[in-house]
Amino acid sequence: MKTLDVMIVGVGGQGSLLASKLLGKIMAEEGFEVKVSEVHGMSQRGGSVVTYVRCGERVYSPIIDKGEADFIVSFEKLEAARYVSCLKVGGTVVTNSQQIDPMPVITGAAVYPTDILDKLQTKGVKIDAIDALSLALEAGSSKAVNLVLMGRLSNYFDIPTEKWMAAIEATVAPKFVEMNKKAFALGRDCR
Amino acid sequence: MKKMMLGNEAVARGLYEAGVTVVSAYPGTPSTEITEYAAKYNDIYCEWAPNEKVATEVAFGASLAGARSACAMKHVGLNVAADPLFTLSYTGVNGGMVICVADDPGMHSSQNEQDSRHYAIAAKIPMLEPADAKEAKDFAKLAYELSEKYDTPVLLRMCTRIAHAQCAVELCDREARENKPYEKNPAKFIMSPANAIRRHPFVEERLKALAEYAETAEVNFVDEGKENAMGIITSGTSYQYVKEVFGDRYPVLKLGMVNPLPTEKIKSFAAGVKRVVVVEELDPVIENACKALGISADGKNILPITGEFSQRIIAKAFGMSDKDFVTLDEPVPVRPPVMCAGCPHRGLFYSLSKHKITVLGDIGCYTLGSAAPLSAIDSVLCMGASVSGVHGFSKAMGGKWDGKTVAVIGDSTFMHSGMTGLCNIAYNGSNATVIIVDNSITGMTGHQQNPTTGYNIKGDPATKIDLEALCHALGIERVRVCDPYNLEETEKAIMEELAVDAPSVIISRRPCALLKYVKHKAPVTVDKEACKSCKKCMKIGCPAVVQRDGKAAIDTTLCTGCGVCVQLCPFGAMKGED
Repeated sequence: MKTLDVMIVGVGGQGSLLASKLLGKIMAEEGFEVKVSEVHGMSQRGGSVVTYVRCGERVYSPIIDKGEADFIVSFEKLEAARYVSCLKVGGTVVTNSQQIDPMPVITGAAVYPTDILDKLQTKGVKIDAIDALSLALEAGSSKAVNLVLMGRLSNYFDIPTEKWMAAIEATVAPKFVEMNKKAFALGRDCR
Repeated sequence: MKKMMLGNEAVARGLYEAGVTVVSAYPGTPSTEITEYAAKYNDIYCEWAPNEKVATEVAFGASLAGARSACAMKHVGLNVAADPLFTLSYTGVNGGMVICVADDPGMHSSQNEQDSRHYAIAAKIPMLEPADAKEAKDFAKLAYELSEKYDTPVLLRMCTRIAHAQCAVELCDREARENKPYEKNPAKFIMSPANAIRRHPFVEERLKALAEYAETAEVNFVDEGKENAMGIITSGTSYQYVKEVFGDRYPVLKLGMVNPLPTEKIKSFAAGVKRVVVVEELDPVIENACKALGISADGKNILPITGEFSQRIIAKAFGMSDKDFVTLDEPVPVRPPVMCAGCPHRGLFYSLSKHKITVLGDIGCYTLGSAAPLSAIDSVLCMGASVSGVHGFSKAMGGKWDGKTVAVIGDSTFMHSGMTGLCNIAYNGSNATVIIVDNSITGMTGHQQNPTTGYNIKGDPATKIDLEALCHALGIERVRVCDPYNLEETEKAIMEELAVDAPSVIISRRPCALLKYVKHKAPVTVDKEACKSCKKCMKIGCPAVVQRDGKAAIDTTLCTGCGVCVQLCPFGAMKGED
């Protein structure tokens, strides 16, 4: 049986917990043993957040370490750069092209690196970048960036759309289901 | 039926299946969800207590009455609950009682990384330590069997990577259970010296009996290995990293019960391998026990004593090389947690920072007032220490700094352990100024109700403690309220209370901007022409206020329209909704 290690990274408040829950659920349904690991509390307050989804026949460690992830799904491009060391050689970064300045950049104590994604690409990292914020707004809320990117990620797996949609229905609060399904579809279908 | 569950959710399920009827807790990352999930079962009475000592004593009372009970807390919460803990060891239980404690190696959300296993040893109480969510449920149930069989409270030790990791958990039915009959038993439950003297030998005998149980307990097991060049003794999350790195290459003794330890089992395991290595996060508890048994084990000589482990840390300790990876060639700016856009604490800390006030801080979201650019806090120790500390600071300074020193504490933290410090200020007469930042919720742990919010854990209306009346009752005459969104009003309150020759309390009151019932205003707008790039608006450290092309700009996806930045702009370039 294959293994699959996915890291979901972003800024606290962008909904990485929901994205990891959704991915964990669908991979468990695919027959994998799944472990999903997350950190709550202090890191949620606009800080850098990371969750791990590990799938295999037998999964031990709940976390992903340097050079191990098949995919990094990044809700903000600086976060892709922060965690790229966890990507396996030949792995793929699925990322939002949005820039969110961290506080040291806002205060002028640090500089936001330029052309991050191009620089990573020249190092051999496969980059799949989309404007997830615009698509999320099209779906109805800036908060749906997470589902847009999960839609984009879904293209790498041979799992039919209906299964994803059913998993979204089972994971998301009823009043947000339609908006999230739309966001997922926009991410899955965008070129 | 199997379900993906967080470790904490699985503990709650274990409590449910064990027939627990009373759970009391104070929130604290990474333990909070145990109680939140337990509260979803209508068969369990759940509550947020004002602090961990109260929660533990509530669980004791419920056990005394014959129910199966639990309390839950983070590692530092166990310090607060240590007083009942040590004597609960003597009384033992009636109905089974479990104390869930969650450690935070790596300090994702804590002020220290103490190892709670020391408490189990010091209090002579058994401790179980699961290694994933599945075990978390099973061990919670086992804990009640042990509690009732051996007449002892049982500690269930979680850690961040167990508490906040999901895996598939098999669900079982709830055990049908009546309360055990209550009978008055002074010799067991009144720990006066005469009775306690007779109970202490029982505690020692109980520990021996538990150590005997540990030898054959199923939770202490050996994973056979292909080679005996090395044998690894481990527990909890460390077990997972060991198996990730070595698979079934070397034998592994996995300890599910970390106090008392199965000494004979450890000795026979060690005898069958050429080298013994103990892999445990934080302190060398098992390693020291091995050494006391005369086993020359490796442990902290090759593995770190600080921080949490990972498969890479284990691999490196055994001389294995890193996997290949790439990095960006330039520094990636850190992204520390910040006060949210619209956070009511921001206006208060801006005002304190502007006047260079010395601030003794406390534990909560508002600890983030210490971060740049506000940098408004001088000390943070533990829950309640701001209020007690400002009194000591004043006494040591002979009152000379009273006009420029305050304590800042949250509503929930004040109820937890700030009240007693305020009582001390009134009673022992210092001129301290205490600011209670009342955002009407326990914020940092993710919005739990507390005695000042008017709601209970289920969201039902509850008695709302009146903070003003409480402070008056604790002996403080000067109590006033300000709105931290209004900078002028807030500064006036601070400067006036600092100036008076009397102890005082300022309640900086405004609900957390993330609360569902809080209505946000339209985002602030910036007139680019009027903006003179003075960057005064950047001094509040709001994530929604950024610079674009040298001018102030608003991230409209974050801005709540609180208007604090608008008050700072000297050129009227920023406009908010009225």
